[in-house]
Amino acid sequence: MDCTEARRLLHAYLDAELDMADTLAVEQHLQTCPACLEIYNNYQALQTAIKTNSLYFQAPEMLQKRIRTSVRKANQAAFVARVTSWSGLSVAAVLIFALLLSLWGFTRFWPNSSGGNSLAQEVLASHVRSLMANHLVDVPSSNQHTVKPWFNGKLDFSPPVVDLTAQGFTLIGGRLDYLDNQPVAALVYKRREHIINLFIWPSAQNIGSETDTNTPQGYHLLHWTKSGLTYWAASDLNLNELQQFVRLIQDST
Amino acid sequence: MQERNQRVRFEQLILPHLDAAYNLARWLTHNDQDAQDMVQESCLRAFRFFQGFRGGDSRTWLLTIVRNTCYTWLQQQRANEFTVPFQEELHDVECDTENPETLHLRHIDQQKLRTALETLPVEFREAIILRELEELPYREISVITHVPLGTVMSRLARGRKWLQRYLAAHMNEEE
Ligand SMILES: [Zn+2]
Repeated sequence: MDCTEARRLLHAYLDAELDMADTLAVEQHLQTCPACLEIYNNYQALQTAIKTNSLYFQAPEMLQKRIRTSVRKANQAAFVARVTSWSGLSVAAVLIFALLLSLWGFTRFWPNSSGGNSLAQEVLASHVRSLMANHLVDVPSSNQHTVKPWFNGKLDFSPPVVDLTAQGFTLIGGRLDYLDNQPVAALVYKRREHIINLFIWPSAQNIGSETDTNTPQGYHLLHWTKSGLTYWAASDLNLNELQQFVRLIQDST
Repeated sequence: MQERNQRVRFEQLILPHLDAAYNLARWLTHNDQDAQDMVQESCLRAFRFFQGFRGGDSRTWLLTIVRNTCYTWLQQQRANEFTVPFQEELHDVECDTENPETLHLRHIDQQKLRTALETLPVEFREAIILRELEELPYREISVITHVPLGTVMSRLARGRKWLQRYLAAHMNEEE
Protein backbone atom coordinates (compact mmCIF):
# COMPACT_ATOMS: atom_id res chain seq x y z
CA MET A 1 0.00 0.00 0.00
CA ASP A 2 1.35 3.44 -0.91
CA CYS A 3 0.79 6.77 0.85
CA THR A 4 -2.01 7.85 -1.47
CA GLU A 5 -4.03 4.74 -0.79
CA ALA A 6 -3.22 4.79 2.93
CA ARG A 7 -4.40 8.38 3.29
CA ARG A 8 -7.56 7.64 1.34
CA LEU A 9 -8.42 4.89 3.82
CA LEU A 10 -7.12 6.64 6.93
CA HIS A 11 -10.50 7.87 8.16
CA ALA A 12 -12.27 4.60 7.58
CA TYR A 13 -9.39 2.98 9.48
CA LEU A 14 -9.77 5.49 12.31
CA ASP A 15 -13.49 4.68 12.47
CA ALA A 16 -12.92 0.91 12.37
CA GLU A 17 -14.95 0.66 9.17
CA LEU A 18 -12.39 -1.28 7.09
CA ASP A 19 -12.43 -4.99 6.49
CA MET A 20 -9.68 -7.18 7.90
CA ALA A 21 -7.42 -7.06 4.82
CA ASP A 22 -7.50 -3.26 4.47
CA THR A 23 -7.08 -2.80 8.21
CA LEU A 24 -3.92 -4.88 8.17
CA ALA A 25 -2.60 -3.11 5.07
CA VAL A 26 -3.10 0.33 6.64
CA GLU A 27 -1.54 -0.85 9.89
CA GLN A 28 1.50 -2.13 8.05
CA HIS A 29 1.86 1.11 6.17
CA LEU A 30 1.63 3.18 9.36
CA GLN A 31 4.40 1.09 10.91
CA THR A 32 6.78 1.98 8.11
CA CYS A 33 5.73 5.52 7.18
CA PRO A 34 6.27 8.27 9.79
CA ALA A 35 4.57 10.90 7.63
CA CYS A 36 1.27 9.00 7.41
CA LEU A 37 1.57 8.00 11.07
CA GLU A 38 1.84 11.66 12.08
CA ILE A 39 -1.29 12.52 10.10
CA TYR A 40 -3.09 9.58 11.64
CA ASN A 41 -2.03 10.55 15.18
CA ASN A 42 -3.31 14.08 14.66
CA TYR A 43 -6.70 12.85 13.46
CA GLN A 44 -6.87 10.45 16.34
CA ALA A 45 -6.11 13.28 18.79
CA LEU A 46 -8.87 15.33 17.19
CA GLN A 47 -11.32 12.44 17.44
CA THR A 48 -10.47 11.89 21.10
CA ALA A 49 -10.89 15.59 21.81
CA ILE A 50 -14.33 15.72 20.22
CA LYS A 51 -15.49 12.64 22.12
CA THR A 52 -14.14 13.71 25.48
CA ASN A 53 -14.80 17.42 25.42
CA SER A 54 -18.41 17.13 26.55
CA LEU A 55 -19.75 18.60 23.34
CA TYR A 56 -22.87 16.46 23.66
CA PHE A 57 -26.03 18.46 24.35
CA GLN A 58 -28.35 16.66 26.76
CA ALA A 59 -32.05 17.26 26.20
CA PRO A 60 -33.54 19.68 28.75
CA GLU A 61 -35.63 17.99 31.44
CA MET A 62 -38.87 19.64 30.36
CA LEU A 63 -38.60 18.46 26.77
CA GLN A 64 -39.68 14.90 27.46
CA LYS A 65 -42.75 16.08 29.36
CA ARG A 66 -43.61 18.52 26.59
CA ILE A 67 -43.36 15.78 23.97
CA ARG A 68 -45.40 13.28 25.97
CA THR A 69 -48.14 15.89 26.32
CA SER A 70 -48.20 16.81 22.65
CA VAL A 71 -48.19 13.18 21.53
CA ARG A 72 -51.07 12.44 23.90
CA LYS A 73 -53.05 15.38 22.52
CA ALA A 74 -52.36 14.35 18.93
CA ASN A 75 -53.40 10.81 19.79
CA GLN A 76 -56.69 11.89 21.37
CA ALA A 77 -57.48 14.19 18.46
CA ALA A 78 -56.84 11.40 15.97
CA PHE A 79 -58.93 9.01 18.04
CA VAL A 80 -61.91 11.34 18.31
CA ALA A 81 -61.68 12.15 14.61
CA ARG A 82 -61.65 8.45 13.76
CA VAL A 83 -64.57 7.55 15.99
CA THR A 84 -66.58 10.50 14.69
CA SER A 85 -66.01 9.48 11.10
CA TRP A 86 -66.97 5.89 11.90
CA SER A 87 -70.45 6.53 13.09
CA GLY A 88 -71.31 10.20 12.93
CA LEU A 89 -72.04 10.15 16.67
CA SER A 90 -72.50 13.44 18.42
CA VAL A 91 -69.38 14.87 20.02
CA ALA A 92 -70.80 14.35 23.52
CA ALA A 93 -71.50 10.70 22.84
CA VAL A 94 -68.02 10.27 21.41
CA LEU A 95 -66.43 11.77 24.50
CA ILE A 96 -68.41 9.52 26.84
CA PHE A 97 -67.52 6.55 24.69
CA ALA A 98 -63.85 7.53 24.79
CA LEU A 99 -63.97 7.91 28.55
CA LEU A 100 -65.56 4.49 29.00
CA LEU A 101 -62.99 2.96 26.70
CA SER A 102 -60.11 4.53 28.61
CA LEU A 103 -61.49 3.25 31.93
CA TRP A 104 -61.80 -0.17 30.38
CA GLY A 105 -58.21 0.25 29.19
CA PHE A 106 -56.95 0.93 32.70
CA THR A 107 -58.40 -2.24 34.09
CA ARG A 108 -57.63 -4.40 31.06
CA PHE A 109 -54.11 -3.33 30.36
CA TRP A 110 -52.65 -5.05 33.41
CA PRO A 111 -52.08 -7.84 34.07
CA ASN A 112 -50.99 -8.35 30.51
CA SER A 113 -52.48 -10.97 28.34
CA SER A 114 -49.30 -13.00 27.94
CA GLY A 115 -50.36 -14.83 31.09
CA GLY A 116 -46.92 -15.04 32.69
CA ASN A 117 -47.10 -14.40 36.41
CA SER A 118 -43.51 -14.41 37.53
CA LEU A 119 -42.58 -12.11 40.37
CA ALA A 120 -40.77 -9.81 37.95
CA GLN A 121 -43.96 -9.30 35.97
CA GLU A 122 -45.88 -8.69 39.16
CA VAL A 123 -43.36 -6.04 40.23
CA LEU A 124 -43.43 -4.42 36.81
CA ALA A 125 -47.23 -4.42 36.81
CA SER A 126 -47.26 -2.70 40.20
CA HIS A 127 -44.78 -0.13 39.01
CA VAL A 128 -46.73 0.68 35.85
CA ARG A 129 -50.05 0.66 37.69
CA SER A 130 -48.72 3.20 40.20
CA LEU A 131 -47.82 5.50 37.31
CA MET A 132 -51.00 5.05 35.30
CA ALA A 133 -53.62 5.12 38.00
CA ASN A 134 -52.20 8.30 39.50
CA HIS A 135 -51.81 6.53 42.81
CA LEU A 136 -48.12 6.92 43.40
CA VAL A 137 -47.98 7.53 47.13
CA ASP A 138 -50.16 7.09 50.21
CA VAL A 139 -47.87 9.29 52.27
CA PRO A 140 -46.43 12.11 50.18
CA SER A 141 -43.28 13.37 51.88
CA SER A 142 -39.65 13.95 51.07
CA ASN A 143 -38.78 13.46 54.74
CA GLN A 144 -37.56 9.98 55.65
CA HIS A 145 -38.61 10.56 59.26
CA THR A 146 -42.21 11.04 58.13
CA VAL A 147 -42.31 8.16 55.67
CA LYS A 148 -40.71 5.50 57.87
CA PRO A 149 -43.12 5.75 60.86
CA TRP A 150 -46.10 5.85 58.47
CA PHE A 151 -45.54 2.14 57.78
CA ASN A 152 -45.75 1.28 61.52
CA GLY A 153 -48.72 -0.96 62.18
CA LYS A 154 -49.37 -1.42 58.46
CA LEU A 155 -46.53 -3.90 57.95
CA ASP A 156 -45.02 -6.51 60.27
CA PHE A 157 -41.52 -5.31 59.41
CA SER A 158 -39.86 -1.92 59.31
CA PRO A 159 -38.60 -0.90 55.87
CA PRO A 160 -35.42 1.19 55.79
CA VAL A 161 -36.10 4.64 54.33
CA VAL A 162 -32.99 6.30 52.93
CA ASP A 163 -32.64 9.97 52.07
CA LEU A 164 -30.77 10.31 48.75
CA THR A 165 -31.65 13.92 47.95
CA ALA A 166 -27.99 14.94 48.01
CA GLN A 167 -27.23 12.28 45.40
CA GLY A 168 -29.99 13.47 43.09
CA PHE A 169 -32.70 10.94 43.94
CA THR A 170 -35.59 12.75 45.59
CA LEU A 171 -37.86 10.84 47.95
CA ILE A 172 -41.48 11.53 47.01
CA GLY A 173 -43.20 9.32 49.56
CA GLY A 174 -44.33 5.84 50.44
CA ARG A 175 -47.17 3.53 49.49
CA LEU A 176 -48.58 0.26 50.67
CA ASP A 177 -48.60 -2.31 47.86
CA TYR A 178 -49.26 -5.99 47.55
CA LEU A 179 -46.73 -8.38 46.00
CA ASP A 180 -45.77 -12.02 46.35
CA ASN A 181 -49.01 -12.61 48.28
CA GLN A 182 -48.18 -10.15 51.04
CA PRO A 183 -48.34 -6.45 51.83
CA VAL A 184 -45.09 -4.72 50.94
CA ALA A 185 -43.56 -1.28 51.30
CA ALA A 186 -43.18 0.80 48.17
CA LEU A 187 -40.85 3.79 48.42
CA VAL A 188 -41.09 6.24 45.58
CA TYR A 189 -38.10 8.24 44.38
CA LYS A 190 -37.74 10.62 41.49
CA ARG A 191 -34.75 11.28 39.23
CA ARG A 192 -35.48 14.12 36.80
CA GLU A 193 -38.78 13.01 35.21
CA HIS A 194 -38.25 9.34 36.03
CA ILE A 195 -40.07 7.61 38.84
CA ILE A 196 -38.39 4.80 40.77
CA ASN A 197 -40.48 2.38 42.81
CA LEU A 198 -38.48 0.58 45.48
CA PHE A 199 -40.43 -2.42 46.76
CA ILE A 200 -39.35 -3.99 50.06
CA TRP A 201 -40.58 -7.03 51.95
CA PRO A 202 -39.15 -9.72 54.26
CA SER A 203 -37.44 -12.63 52.60
CA ALA A 204 -36.54 -16.01 54.04
CA GLN A 205 -34.08 -16.83 51.31
CA ASN A 206 -30.88 -14.89 50.95
CA ILE A 207 -29.34 -14.42 47.54
CA GLY A 208 -26.75 -12.03 48.95
CA SER A 209 -26.14 -8.77 47.20
CA GLU A 210 -26.56 -10.27 43.74
CA THR A 211 -28.45 -8.02 41.39
CA ASP A 212 -30.65 -9.40 38.65
CA THR A 213 -31.21 -7.23 35.64
CA ASN A 214 -34.26 -7.42 33.49
CA THR A 215 -35.47 -5.07 30.79
CA PRO A 216 -38.99 -5.88 29.74
CA GLN A 217 -40.78 -3.19 27.71
CA GLY A 218 -38.20 -0.47 28.30
CA TYR A 219 -38.22 -0.73 32.09
CA HIS A 220 -35.40 -1.91 34.29
CA LEU A 221 -35.91 -4.14 37.29
CA LEU A 222 -33.09 -4.66 39.74
CA HIS A 223 -33.46 -7.21 42.47
CA TRP A 224 -31.39 -8.08 45.53
CA THR A 225 -31.76 -9.22 49.13
CA LYS A 226 -30.00 -7.86 52.15
CA SER A 227 -30.37 -8.44 55.91
CA GLY A 228 -33.49 -10.53 55.53
CA LEU A 229 -35.28 -8.15 53.17
CA THR A 230 -36.05 -8.50 49.50
CA TYR A 231 -35.63 -5.38 47.35
CA TRP A 232 -36.94 -4.66 43.87
CA ALA A 233 -36.20 -1.36 42.13
CA ALA A 234 -38.33 -0.61 39.06
CA SER A 235 -37.98 2.35 36.74
CA ASP A 236 -37.69 3.56 33.16
CA LEU A 237 -34.53 5.38 34.21
CA ASN A 238 -31.42 4.34 32.28
CA LEU A 239 -29.66 1.30 33.69
CA ASN A 240 -26.50 3.13 34.79
CA GLU A 241 -28.34 5.58 36.98
CA LEU A 242 -30.66 2.93 38.36
CA GLN A 243 -27.62 0.83 39.30
CA GLN A 244 -26.15 3.89 40.97
CA PHE A 245 -29.40 4.25 42.93
CA VAL A 246 -29.25 0.58 43.96
CA ARG A 247 -25.66 0.90 45.13
CA LEU A 248 -26.58 3.93 47.24
CA ILE A 249 -29.46 2.01 48.84
CA GLN A 250 -27.24 -1.02 49.41
CA ASP A 251 -24.54 1.13 51.02
CA SER A 252 -26.95 2.57 53.56
CA THR A 253 -28.99 -0.51 54.50
CA MET B 1 -57.06 -0.19 23.23
CA GLN B 2 -55.19 0.16 20.00
CA GLU B 3 -54.61 3.90 20.42
CA ARG B 4 -53.30 3.54 23.94
CA ASN B 5 -50.98 0.62 23.17
CA GLN B 6 -49.72 2.40 20.10
CA ARG B 7 -48.84 5.46 22.14
CA VAL B 8 -47.22 3.46 24.95
CA ARG B 9 -45.14 1.52 22.43
CA PHE B 10 -44.17 4.75 20.70
CA GLU B 11 -43.06 6.33 23.97
CA GLN B 12 -41.03 3.28 24.92
CA LEU B 13 -39.27 3.12 21.55
CA ILE B 14 -38.76 6.79 20.84
CA LEU B 15 -38.37 8.68 24.13
CA PRO B 16 -35.11 6.90 25.09
CA HIS B 17 -33.51 8.62 22.07
CA LEU B 18 -34.50 12.14 23.07
CA ASP B 19 -30.93 13.10 23.95
CA ALA B 20 -29.69 11.92 20.56
CA ALA B 21 -32.48 13.81 18.80
CA TYR B 22 -31.87 16.97 20.79
CA ASN B 23 -28.10 16.83 20.38
CA LEU B 24 -28.38 16.55 16.60
CA ALA B 25 -31.04 19.28 16.40
CA ARG B 26 -29.00 21.51 18.69
CA TRP B 27 -25.92 21.18 16.50
CA LEU B 28 -27.93 21.77 13.33
CA THR B 29 -29.94 24.78 14.55
CA HIS B 30 -27.25 26.34 16.79
CA ASN B 31 -29.69 27.16 19.58
CA ASP B 32 -31.73 25.57 22.34
CA GLN B 33 -35.24 26.84 21.65
CA ASP B 34 -35.26 25.97 17.95
CA ALA B 35 -33.71 22.60 18.74
CA GLN B 36 -36.51 21.83 21.20
CA ASP B 37 -39.12 22.86 18.63
CA MET B 38 -37.45 20.65 16.01
CA VAL B 39 -37.45 17.66 18.34
CA GLN B 40 -41.08 18.17 19.30
CA GLU B 41 -42.17 18.50 15.69
CA SER B 42 -40.08 15.46 14.75
CA CYS B 43 -41.66 13.36 17.49
CA LEU B 44 -45.14 14.32 16.33
CA ARG B 45 -44.20 13.40 12.76
CA ALA B 46 -42.67 10.17 13.98
CA PHE B 47 -45.85 9.39 15.88
CA ARG B 48 -47.97 10.07 12.82
CA PHE B 49 -45.81 7.72 10.74
CA PHE B 50 -45.35 5.23 13.53
CA GLN B 51 -47.49 2.55 11.90
CA GLY B 52 -45.09 2.73 8.94
CA PHE B 53 -42.12 1.98 11.22
CA ARG B 54 -41.17 -1.60 10.38
CA GLY B 55 -38.83 -2.20 13.27
CA GLY B 56 -35.10 -1.78 12.95
CA ASP B 57 -33.09 0.83 14.77
CA SER B 58 -35.51 3.33 16.30
CA ARG B 59 -32.68 5.79 17.00
CA THR B 60 -31.69 5.91 13.32
CA TRP B 61 -35.34 6.25 12.37
CA LEU B 62 -35.92 9.17 14.74
CA LEU B 63 -32.64 10.87 13.78
CA THR B 64 -33.59 10.66 10.09
CA ILE B 65 -36.83 12.50 10.84
CA VAL B 66 -35.06 15.06 13.05
CA ARG B 67 -32.50 15.70 10.36
CA ASN B 68 -35.18 16.16 7.66
CA THR B 69 -37.17 18.47 9.90
CA CYS B 70 -34.09 20.55 10.67
CA TYR B 71 -33.11 20.79 7.01
CA THR B 72 -36.57 22.02 6.03
CA TRP B 73 -36.31 24.61 8.77
CA LEU B 74 -32.77 25.58 7.81
CA GLN B 75 -33.78 26.06 4.19
CA GLN B 76 -36.51 28.45 5.31
CA GLN B 77 -34.30 30.22 7.85
CA ARG B 78 -31.00 30.69 6.17
CA ALA B 79 -30.43 29.36 2.72
CA ASN B 80 -26.79 30.30 2.96
CA GLU B 81 -26.12 27.44 5.41
CA PHE B 82 -26.02 25.35 2.27
CA THR B 83 -23.36 27.23 0.33
CA VAL B 84 -20.48 24.96 1.12
CA PRO B 85 -17.25 26.95 0.98
CA PHE B 86 -15.26 24.16 -0.58
CA GLN B 87 -16.31 21.58 -3.11
CA GLU B 88 -16.27 18.26 -1.38
CA GLU B 89 -16.56 16.08 -4.46
CA LEU B 90 -13.79 17.77 -6.47
CA HIS B 91 -11.20 17.90 -3.74
CA ASP B 92 -10.37 14.40 -2.78
CA VAL B 93 -8.88 13.20 0.45
CA GLU B 94 -5.51 12.23 -0.95
CA CYS B 95 -4.47 15.82 -1.66
CA ASP B 96 -3.59 15.86 2.02
CA THR B 97 -0.40 17.80 1.45
CA GLU B 98 -0.26 20.13 4.43
CA ASN B 99 2.79 19.81 6.58
CA PRO B 100 1.66 17.57 9.43
CA GLU B 101 4.45 18.79 11.73
CA THR B 102 2.65 22.10 12.09
CA LEU B 103 -0.41 20.47 13.57
CA HIS B 104 0.39 19.42 17.10
CA LEU B 105 -3.14 19.09 18.33
CA ARG B 106 -2.45 17.26 21.54
CA HIS B 107 -4.03 19.88 23.76
CA ILE B 108 -7.22 21.04 22.15
CA ASP B 109 -9.09 23.85 23.82
CA GLN B 110 -12.75 22.95 24.33
CA GLN B 111 -14.14 26.38 23.50
CA LYS B 112 -12.15 26.55 20.27
CA LEU B 113 -13.24 23.09 19.29
CA ARG B 114 -16.87 24.00 19.94
CA THR B 115 -16.54 27.15 17.84
CA ALA B 116 -14.79 25.19 15.10
CA LEU B 117 -17.64 22.69 15.00
CA GLU B 118 -20.26 25.46 15.00
CA THR B 119 -18.48 27.07 12.06
CA LEU B 120 -18.14 23.85 10.08
CA PRO B 121 -20.56 23.68 7.10
CA VAL B 122 -23.70 21.78 7.99
CA GLU B 123 -23.12 18.68 5.82
CA PHE B 124 -19.76 18.05 7.44
CA ARG B 125 -20.94 19.04 10.90
CA GLU B 126 -23.76 16.51 10.93
CA ALA B 127 -21.42 13.74 9.77
CA ILE B 128 -18.97 14.53 12.59
CA ILE B 129 -21.75 14.79 15.22
CA LEU B 130 -23.31 11.47 14.20
CA ARG B 131 -19.95 9.73 14.03
CA GLU B 132 -18.09 11.11 17.07
CA LEU B 133 -20.87 12.01 19.49
CA GLU B 134 -23.52 9.45 18.53
CA GLU B 135 -20.87 6.86 17.58
CA LEU B 136 -22.92 5.63 14.64
CA PRO B 137 -21.39 3.42 11.94
CA TYR B 138 -21.09 4.79 8.38
CA ARG B 139 -24.06 2.70 7.30
CA GLU B 140 -26.44 4.45 9.72
CA ILE B 141 -25.01 7.89 8.93
CA SER B 142 -25.59 7.14 5.27
CA VAL B 143 -29.25 6.34 5.98
CA ILE B 144 -29.82 9.44 8.11
CA THR B 145 -28.12 11.90 5.77
CA HIS B 146 -29.32 10.31 2.49
CA VAL B 147 -25.86 9.99 0.93
CA PRO B 148 -23.79 6.96 -0.17
CA LEU B 149 -21.20 5.38 2.13
CA GLY B 150 -18.32 6.85 0.10
CA THR B 151 -19.71 10.35 0.65
CA VAL B 152 -20.00 9.72 4.40
CA MET B 153 -16.33 8.80 4.43
CA SER B 154 -15.26 11.79 2.34
CA ARG B 155 -17.37 14.19 4.41
CA LEU B 156 -15.79 12.92 7.61
CA ALA B 157 -12.34 13.27 6.05
CA ARG B 158 -13.02 16.78 4.77
CA GLY B 159 -14.72 17.82 7.99
CA ARG B 160 -11.85 16.63 10.17
CA LYS B 161 -9.30 18.29 7.94
CA TRP B 162 -11.29 21.49 8.12
CA LEU B 163 -11.42 21.30 11.93
CA GLN B 164 -7.68 20.70 12.14
CA ARG B 165 -6.95 23.67 9.95
CA TYR B 166 -9.26 25.85 11.99
CA LEU B 167 -7.68 24.75 15.27
CA ALA B 168 -4.16 25.15 13.91
CA ALA B 169 -4.97 28.64 12.63
CA HIS B 170 -6.48 29.69 15.97
CA MET B 171 -4.04 27.84 18.18
CA ASN B 172 -2.07 30.89 19.29
CA GLU B 173 -4.99 33.19 19.94
CA GLU B 174 -5.51 34.16 23.57
CA GLU B 175 -7.74 31.82 25.54
ZN1 LIG C 1 2.64 6.98 3.92
